[in-house]
Amino acid sequence: MSRALPADLDCIVAVEQVTDYLEGALPLEARTEFEQHLVTCPGCLIYLRQVRAQVAASGKLGEAQPLAEDVTRKLLEMFHASRGG
Amino acid sequence: MSAAAPELQVLAQDSHLVEALRAGDERAFLGLVRNLHAAMIRFARGFLHSHATAEDVVQDTWAVVLEDIDRFEGRSTLRSWIFGILANLARTRATRDGRAIPLSALGPEQDEPAVDPAEFLSPTHPRWAGHWAKWPEPWPEEQLLSRETLAHVRDAIDRLPEGQRAVIQLRDVEGWSSQEVCESLGLSEINQRVLLHRARSRVRREIARHVERRNP
Repeated sequence: MSRALPADLDCIVAVEQVTDYLEGALPLEARTEFEQHLVTCPGCLIYLRQVRAQVAASGKLGEAQPLAEDVTRKLLEMFHASRGG
Repeated sequence: MSAAAPELQVLAQDSHLVEALRAGDERAFLGLVRNLHAAMIRFARGFLHSHATAEDVVQDTWAVVLEDIDRFEGRSTLRSWIFGILANLARTRATRDGRAIPLSALGPEQDEPAVDPAEFLSPTHPRWAGHWAKWPEPWPEEQLLSRETLAHVRDAIDRLPEGQRAVIQLRDVEGWSSQEVCESLGLSEINQRVLLHRARSRVRREIARHVERRNP
C-alpha cells in the first residue's frame, strides 16, 4: 500500500457529492476523501452547512394546516359510506 | 445492533391504524386525514397548479384509499401507498387537462452542475484549479428562516421540473425517508438521489441569490 497523501478533492467535484454524502451513499473511500476535504476547505464546509440549513428550512414549509369543516364533513361521509353505514 | 429503521417503526404504527380504518373507526380516519391532507394538496398542486383541481384529485384519492384499504398489504408504508395513488391520479388528471407530464419526466433530466462553474477557478489555474474562486457566504439563520426567505424557498420548489419537485417535497418538506419516496413514486434509489441532488442544488442557488442580494 502506498502511503502517499491522496490528491485533494476539487471543490467543483465535492459539491456534486454533497447529496450522496448526506444520504450515506458514498462508498467508504469516497466518503473518507470527502471528509478529508472538508477539514481543509472552509468553502465546502460552508456549502455543506448551507445545504443542511436549507433542508431544515424546507421542513418549515410542511407544517400541517387546519382542515376546512366542509372537507372534513365530506370525507367523513365517504368514510362511513365505504364502511357500509 | 442499530435501532429499528424509521421505516419499520412507521410500518408497525400503520398496522394498528389500518386495522382501525377497516373496523370503521372514525377517529382513526380523521387522524390520518389531519396528518396527510394538507401535504396531499401541496403535492397535487405541483402537478396541477389549480387549487380546486388539486382538492378534487385529493378527494378522489381518499375515495380510492377507502375502496382499497382492505387490500392494502403493508408492503410499503400507508402514506407512501396513499401518495402513490395520488401521484397516479394527479398525473392522469394533468394529462386530461392538457398539462401532459409523461412518466419519463419523473426520471432525471439532462445534467446540470450543482454550482455555476464560474464560481470556481478555471481548470488552467496553476495551483487551485476547480477550487472556489470565493467561498460561499454563510447564511444567517434568522434570515434563512424569515417568512420572506421561506416564501422564496417555496417558489423555487414550485418552479422545479415535476420529478425534482415531487422528490424534494416528500423528502425535505414532508420529511420522508428515501425508501418511502422510492416506493411512492416508483423510483430507483439512484434516480431518487439524482433528482434530490438537482432539486436541492437549484433551490440552494435561489436562496444564495436571495440572501446575497440582501447582504451585498
